Amino acid sequence: MKLNDLLNHTSEWLRSTGPNSDIVISSRIRLARNLDKLPFPHRADKKQVEESLKIIEEAIVKVDYLKQATVFRLADLDSIDKQFLVERHLMSLEHAQKTNHKAIVIDDEEIVAIMINEEDHIRMQVMQSGFNLFEAWNIINRIDDCLAKELPYAFLPDWGYLTACPTNTGTGMRGSVMLHLPALVMTRQVDRVLAAIAKLNFAARGLYGEGTQATGNFFQISNQVSLGHSEDEIINNINGIIRQIIEQENQARVAIFSKNRSVLEDRVNRSLGILKSAHIISSQETIELLSMVRLGCDLGIIKDIDRRRINELFIITQPAHLQKIENKKLSSQERDVKRAELIRSRLRI
Amino acid sequence: MLCDVCGKNQATVHLTEIIDEQMKELHLCEECARQKSEQMESQFGLSDLLAGMAEFAKPNKELEVADSVKCASCGLTYADFKKLGRLGCGACYNTFKKYLAPLLKRIHGSSQHFGKSPLKVTKFTKKRMDLQDLRNKLKLAIETETFEEAAKIRDQIKELEKKQAENNSQDRGAK
Repeated sequence: MKLNDLLNHTSEWLRSTGPNSDIVISSRIRLARNLDKLPFPHRADKKQVEESLKIIEEAIVKVDYLKQATVFRLADLDSIDKQFLVERHLMSLEHAQKTNHKAIVIDDEEIVAIMINEEDHIRMQVMQSGFNLFEAWNIINRIDDCLAKELPYAFLPDWGYLTACPTNTGTGMRGSVMLHLPALVMTRQVDRVLAAIAKLNFAARGLYGEGTQATGNFFQISNQVSLGHSEDEIINNINGIIRQIIEQENQARVAIFSKNRSVLEDRVNRSLGILKSAHIISSQETIELLSMVRLGCDLGIIKDIDRRRINELFIITQPAHLQKIENKKLSSQERDVKRAELIRSRLRI
Repeated sequence: MLCDVCGKNQATVHLTEIIDEQMKELHLCEECARQKSEQMESQFGLSDLLAGMAEFAKPNKELEVADSVKCASCGLTYADFKKLGRLGCGACYNTFKKYLAPLLKRIHGSSQHFGKSPLKVTKFTKKRMDLQDLRNKLKLAIETETFEEAAKIRDQIKELEKKQAENNSQDRGAK
């Protein structure tokens, strides 16, 4: 697989096929693992990081589940390629910086992505469309078992998997669910919900994870605690919280739809109108308008556009995607023009 | 719009800062934004937060002693850990065990792993872990007052302990 092949491909997590796909965009499980005998990447010298990279790459090739996966050394990728992978949620922002002796492994469905030598030697993730953490866990658990046969992991019976940062120690697992909560935002209830989540030791983040602001009514909810509970328990806890948030968002949607139907229909259709006719548009405005259109699809206000097409637009209108589609570097102004052009063509019915 | 900092490049990153309830908008080019974010991280990152917790987690008397403890495997000192918020290698967990236990408890509310373990663990640790696992389950069953379940688990523990004792005496007999 070449990186450019991904351009014409819809990632599994954007397909809008999983459970509760109206409110839940995707579910993701991430595991952090380290090799026993080598220092963690930030502490290792050149020889040692190269060694861990080699050992892990060799092990990955042997995993049946990863037969369709490709290894990319980050040093071989240009800055647009790296940003492209971040935009597709296959790699962290941190991984894209200082790229020597780092690699990313991606399977052709973009379900599995493994970062080598990020904060930990191994950071693997599995993404699924909709509300489906257990399926993601089943897949990643199998891959982890296969890798454990090949690699000596840093592990203590009392403390579990040992990670560079003690906030990940234990299961090394972070489960996160990406939610679209426009009705809770509109009814100004979202702050209350997020405050309650924080009290229960869960984190709420923006579209691109750690340190990003919530845009376009998207929120990523994940567990903070990784030690003291089994993986199943952690997932059950997240599921419990997510179910309640889904319920609240649904109630808010019903309330808005019944009380302010014409206002809502106006907002949704105006948003679609701008997207269909704008000639210059920023990525921020795009995300906000697409969010309204997505809500319109969920509520049946818009009938001729499916959610998958909207989901795709969120990703392909981002800067690196536009530049890869055009196959050249674009300034911010040029991108705004190309973005508008792309949206118009995709929404033409 | 030009970048507020360098005044040369086009501003593409728009940042809202709130300092002392004063909201300030900054328009930055990509280069200056990167510098700004590095600056912010060094001012107050996760490592500071963790380091603060690490400081809090142990009595003051041991403070200086702990700082100079050094991991034999990777050379990281406890002072380094407090500064970085990151451990250097797997062996660090053993080296700093005494100081990390209360820290882990503060972060996670527990310092006992319940999750899966790698397949490659030795038979001995596996057994020990099974036993530990059962004991934890027993504790949970008692806490949640599911006594029937608790009785079952208690019997399993007894069984396992008996087996272990037999194995040990066999081992000794063989020698």
